[in-house]
Amino acid sequence: MQLSRDTLLKAYRQMSTIRHFEERVQEEFAKGGIPGFVHLYAGEEASAVGTCLHLSAEDHIASTHRGHGHSIAKGCDVERMMLEIFGKKEGLCAGKGGSMHIADLGQGMLGANGIVGGAPPLAVGAALAAKTLGNGSVAVAFTGDGGSSQGTTFEALNLAVVLQLPAIFIFENNEDGESTGWRYAVGSGDIAARVRGFGLPSVKIDGDDFFAVYEAAGEAVARARRGEGPSAIEVETVRFFGHHSGDPQRYRSREDVLKLREERDCIKKFRLRVTAAGLLERAELDAIDRENAALIERAVARARAAPPPEDAALLTDVYLAY
Amino acid sequence: MALKSIRQAINEALFQEMRRDPRVVVIGEDVAGGAATAGERDCAGGVFGTTKGLIAEFGEGRVIDTPITESAIMGAAAGAAVAGLRPVAELMFCDFLGVCFDQIFNQAAKFRYMFGGKAKTPLVIRTTIGAGRGSAAQHSQSLYHIFTSIPGLKCVVPSNAYDAKGLLISAIRDDDPVVFCEHKLMYDLQTEVPDEPYRIPFGEASVVREGDDVTIVALSRMVHYSLEAALALAREGIECEIIDPRTTSPLDEETILESLERTGRLLVVDEATPRCGLAVDIAALAADKAFAALKAPPKRVTAPFTPVPFAPSLEKLYIPSPERIAAAVREVVGYRR
Repeated sequence: MQLSRDTLLKAYRQMSTIRHFEERVQEEFAKGGIPGFVHLYAGEEASAVGTCLHLSAEDHIASTHRGHGHSIAKGCDVERMMLEIFGKKEGLCAGKGGSMHIADLGQGMLGANGIVGGAPPLAVGAALAAKTLGNGSVAVAFTGDGGSSQGTTFEALNLAVVLQLPAIFIFENNEDGESTGWRYAVGSGDIAARVRGFGLPSVKIDGDDFFAVYEAAGEAVARARRGEGPSAIEVETVRFFGHHSGDPQRYRSREDVLKLREERDCIKKFRLRVTAAGLLERAELDAIDRENAALIERAVARARAAPPPEDAALLTDVYLAY
Repeated sequence: MALKSIRQAINEALFQEMRRDPRVVVIGEDVAGGAATAGERDCAGGVFGTTKGLIAEFGEGRVIDTPITESAIMGAAAGAAVAGLRPVAELMFCDFLGVCFDQIFNQAAKFRYMFGGKAKTPLVIRTTIGAGRGSAAQHSQSLYHIFTSIPGLKCVVPSNAYDAKGLLISAIRDDDPVVFCEHKLMYDLQTEVPDEPYRIPFGEASVVREGDDVTIVALSRMVHYSLEAALALAREGIECEIIDPRTTSPLDEETILESLERTGRLLVVDEATPRCGLAVDIAALAADKAFAALKAPPKRVTAPFTPVPFAPSLEKLYIPSPERIAAAVREVVGYRR
């Protein structure tokens, strides 16, 4: 598949933004200042970006607890995301949602989600709205290997097929559901094949390879836009950080993680490929990295200095007070 | 007696009951952890460490890691219970009740009555409650009032390690479904806990502090906040009696009513939301059965009628504080017709 120079640059910029964002959130979390806990997406960037490059703000995505990457790829404002993660008033959800509930309806981002398997039915609903309204938009459900076994996910897959909805199910298989290996939790040992049983096209691809994701997602989105129904993609990927910040990760060794960073880095692989093919220059990619570092620096500085929500915000947006 | 944390007390109760009765099994997500990874088996031992070590002694057949699949966990545990096991099923956060409620309230809770008294469902659902960790709207709720409202379920809400051990052993030996609610912020809280197994019967409240001016009924973490408030109030000459019901279903009405006969004033402190909850329930009990003794309207201190907010400043406001409890007590004590 031939990608334009602009698309390649955009892809790299977004993946690099996510990586810089996540590495920095991890640092800031360790330093203190970020409340609660965060689930980081570093290592999986190609999945979000390769998919969302085919989407516009009119299309919807529903995400997981590991939602920062999906949010950035879908066009959420990075500074306002950081403000939200720090629990500040100007955050995307006014500081009331936090990392696990970042949402931006204006960008078609239906929210990160604290419930495993929460997203697929919601995306099916967005796809139903698109089909009913006839507006040509599509909806993507991001789920993990863990979420692939939830009943809600099975029901959503079936409903999408029954109603022939413009839905795309992306199963990001990052190998571990919390501390349980996917080979234990997915009884059949093959998420893509299991999904196929619901009656929709379902492929398994190498999530380290941005181009593979981009191509598969492109086909699935085009199919949905043509009114040919739902598709699914299992993206084989890895997470560089633990399940959440502070996860001691005793289910894998430090060496294993370092090896993942060496051998399974989708961004590193993208760089090698585009520079070797002479499509982009190393210098322009480095410049993008520097811009992203500055962007994240600004976002963190702003988030740290920003005011928390006013106390009165506790009682707003609940329809009723008692 | 040794000091033990709530985490240790629960772990000890599970070890002892599993040794005593081979029908007791533990099932849930990451109750051991590390399955099919290159790393350590039992690396989680439950996300709060309460089931740590069980798999080494009892094996994978009785310490059952599951996929992320709450409906199947709860339903399988209910089915196994009627078929001869005594499962202790873990619902990692009570918020996940939303995923699996049918198997709990339409299935497990109904069997005994609906089948004409023929079914026994010795099922324990261990779950976690409580705000205060910045875990936001879907990992911070206190939903025991929902369990309490369902006929066919018993509901335990312990506030200390001694009670946690004795009540969990009672729950495991009970022939009906019991939901056991552990507060996430209290796992490290220590009290003296006997090494040997013991049972605390359901429906027996604990009088945590004696006093003649006002009766405070509080659950879980709110027992400790009420104690803090009571200490401050004692310096002002107000003596609070604090009652911890320990089980919300069955509820020990008698201990509450006896106390009200003496104090004539009621404050209920509950970390859950205000509508249709324990605070309303116990206030109604007072109005119904202690009306003549009341010197002031029953008062409630609860979370507001909102989801749990993320920002720490808002979350702090959300959770009833010792200061709010003390202020409410002053109001009740100062009430004049």
